[in-house]
Amino acid sequence: MADIQKLVTMLNELDDQLVNCMRCGMCQAVCPVFTETGREADVARGKISLLDGLAHEILKDPKGVKDKLDRCLLCGTCQANCPSGVHVLDIFLKARAILTGYFGLSPAKRAIFRQLLTRPELFNKLTSFGSKFQGLFAKPVNDVLGTSCARFQAPVIADRHFPRLADKAFHKIAPAMDQPAGSSGKRVAFFPGCMVDKVYPKVGQAVLKVLAHHGVGVFMPHGQACCGIPALSSGDRDSFEKMVGTNAELFANADFDYIITPCATCSATLKDIWPTMVDDEGLKARIAPVSAKVLDISEFLVDVLGVTALEGASGKKVTYHDPCHLRNSLHVTAQPRTVIKATGNASFVELPNAATCCGCGGSFSLQHYDISKKIGDLKAKSVEDSGAETLATSCPACMMQISDRLSQRGHSVPVKHVVEVYADSLG
Amino acid sequence: MADQALLKEFEAVVGADNVMSAESDTHAYSYDAAVLDSVAPAVVVRPTETEQLGQITALCNKHGLPLTVRGAGTNLSGGTIPSKGGVVVLTGALNKVIELNTDDLYAIVQPGVVTAKFAADVAAKGLFYPPDPGSQAVSTLGGNVAENAGGLRGLKYGVTKDYLMGISFFDVDGNLVKSGSRTVKCVTGYNLPGLMTASEGTLGVFNELTLKLIPPPQAAQSMMAVFDDVQAASKTVSAIIAAKILPATLEFMDNFTIRTVDNFRKAGLPTDAAALLLIEVDGHPAQVAEEAEKVEKICSEHGARSVDVARDADHRAKVWQARRDALPALANLKPTCVLEDATVPRSKIPAMMQALDRISKEFKLTIGTFGHAGDGNLHPTILTDKRNHDEWVRVEKAIDAIFDEALAMGGTLSGEHGIGMAKAKYMEQETSRATIEFSRRMKKSLDPKGILNPGKIISALLD
Repeated sequence: MADIQKLVTMLNELDDQLVNCMRCGMCQAVCPVFTETGREADVARGKISLLDGLAHEILKDPKGVKDKLDRCLLCGTCQANCPSGVHVLDIFLKARAILTGYFGLSPAKRAIFRQLLTRPELFNKLTSFGSKFQGLFAKPVNDVLGTSCARFQAPVIADRHFPRLADKAFHKIAPAMDQPAGSSGKRVAFFPGCMVDKVYPKVGQAVLKVLAHHGVGVFMPHGQACCGIPALSSGDRDSFEKMVGTNAELFANADFDYIITPCATCSATLKDIWPTMVDDEGLKARIAPVSAKVLDISEFLVDVLGVTALEGASGKKVTYHDPCHLRNSLHVTAQPRTVIKATGNASFVELPNAATCCGCGGSFSLQHYDISKKIGDLKAKSVEDSGAETLATSCPACMMQISDRLSQRGHSVPVKHVVEVYADSLG
Repeated sequence: MADQALLKEFEAVVGADNVMSAESDTHAYSYDAAVLDSVAPAVVVRPTETEQLGQITALCNKHGLPLTVRGAGTNLSGGTIPSKGGVVVLTGALNKVIELNTDDLYAIVQPGVVTAKFAADVAAKGLFYPPDPGSQAVSTLGGNVAENAGGLRGLKYGVTKDYLMGISFFDVDGNLVKSGSRTVKCVTGYNLPGLMTASEGTLGVFNELTLKLIPPPQAAQSMMAVFDDVQAASKTVSAIIAAKILPATLEFMDNFTIRTVDNFRKAGLPTDAAALLLIEVDGHPAQVAEEAEKVEKICSEHGARSVDVARDADHRAKVWQARRDALPALANLKPTCVLEDATVPRSKIPAMMQALDRISKEFKLTIGTFGHAGDGNLHPTILTDKRNHDEWVRVEKAIDAIFDEALAMGGTLSGEHGIGMAKAKYMEQETSRATIEFSRRMKKSLDPKGILNPGKIISALLD
């Protein structure tokens, strides 16, 4: 544990950002965690006041502040709705890094980030190994949603209904690719992200199918590292930079028009977080051109390839959940809906409260499953109320969370990625 | 840290989960939206049933603990900043609409119901609850009553006090006091709903509120009038009212605010205009059509460069977006944003605008002014950085000067934000020594130990 004065000095560097919060409290209206708990320390205004108090030595409980700071989904809804334009995510990510530096990383996280996520090959081997034996621990509960639950008491899994690790990871199914631009004249780099690679390879396959259909050349090197957000949101900036560095090796010198992902979180991380949170100047310069080319898959299909909604489409009712990272960070909301409408065989219905967080928030759902569940249940209820026969979204983490809640509530509305819905329509 | 025996007593009433005493919890209840120093309480209690409110109040009185009730903590006068070593009681979990009566047009609510949610529930039943404070998305009805909150519709529809028909509250001993009724007419006894409105938690702890509902207007028409001269815009406000037209809203924005808003949203506002008036008339469609035409004519006759009448719902939303953006746009400019609400009789708006201009120059401060011109309730907004000590001293002097001017014009310290801690020192200036003494005697007899939100409204004479 470092010196508290050093902690105070580091937090003081955030002062120019902290002072912008005018304590209006409007974040209470939109914060999914506050909605459940009603506690001021759970909303942005409260957390900012705690950091401010710690920085100015008004309160002297860094552990208490860290615990409160960790009770946040990092969904960014407060930031998107803040009248004063406070950069809440930026403040929280930096503050988590500072507090983690003070307390040190937990042994479990240290192992996961430093030994595993920063070493993609080992990570791949371990998950591949895990996928072969998971049947011993997990049993299927819902065939439509593809969820399983633990066979016996398991601390991290609890009573979750989770999608099992794919029998074969995406990088095992799809070869490394380095195609020239296709008939569209475009060539994209494809960053599937860990969740698609290890849990939802079918989403990656759908992306490849769609790109082939539109004549887009694909550059997809194997050995991609995690985008880094799990490490960063736990305050481990070193591991984060290592992962960005591994990805920079693969992408920074390659030639492509856009880098696309089917994961809202990866998109937001590559585009917004890489340029702002990477400290190393050399690395920052190398990744800047990559970040500038990031597009979500739906954004690419609509804005670049010109995919448009078809008039008079009819078919099964499909609804759409807005992942926070697409809506709040990248302001991408129309394109995924257009892609669903472009299938021609779906009738799109708007999801009540489509823009609210599903409650996953990465490691938040591991640390605060009770709150995460309640937030997720609101989303599952909206899906039920919409009458939709399929729920589509643009983030594999949201897919996992919503599947869990629907499955637990005994509902069998299939949860798909938007690009899967579109790929299905291509026959 | 509060003493353990005391915490056990609170826990016995509301359960351990609803008693918070860790520093990282209490500090989060040390402030509200006013630019004032924070003060952390010793304990924060979150009752889930209103009966617990009475028990907690009695417990605080027994131990002589200062008690501050807190809804969303959005008020701008320091009304919910607690006392050191005191207790904060949260009303967030007391959020039930107990009755929404569409035959007799009233609703009975618990104090923690969020204003906008309530207004939406009421609208879903085809009725209307007009008070719409700027913080309505999070503010609570208990807080609205305690602070007598206003909003954009004050001119025609009045403020929170005009909608409180009845109240029940706990006295310091935890006894339930009831006054007012479900009937429109009620003259039974002292007008305690009136007394409790704007009492800022200093006289009792609210249990239930009976609120008046009204039929919604059938139609509305909005317009934006552009002026090259502030005085012409100010005089137009008086002229509209003098023509016996009472718009639902009549809002003002000065040139600085217009430019800031336009820069914020690139909405294509006339950035060279000296002032804008945003006007909405509502009511029966025929009356709306007639009044809109008259208002447009009055604006033109009084020097409006142009009058943009909203063509449809989208256009109307655009007009009001400009007004809604005023505070966020200003707030984005500088770290600290001091939002005042000095209010003058309508006819004095031109003079008040001149005074604000003079004050901003005299104290070398950036002041953007917008607000509810129709009811004389302006929001001069001082943009500063409270860390800049020299400038902050000038800000405090400027605030004194603003209130001196407003009071000299027969105005008031607060149109809608309340007195709290921020304006207690000016109270005697607006009222009289006797008024303060009378209020203090009343408070003393109702709250002998002075536990109910001490330090607010009439506190300046206590030391």
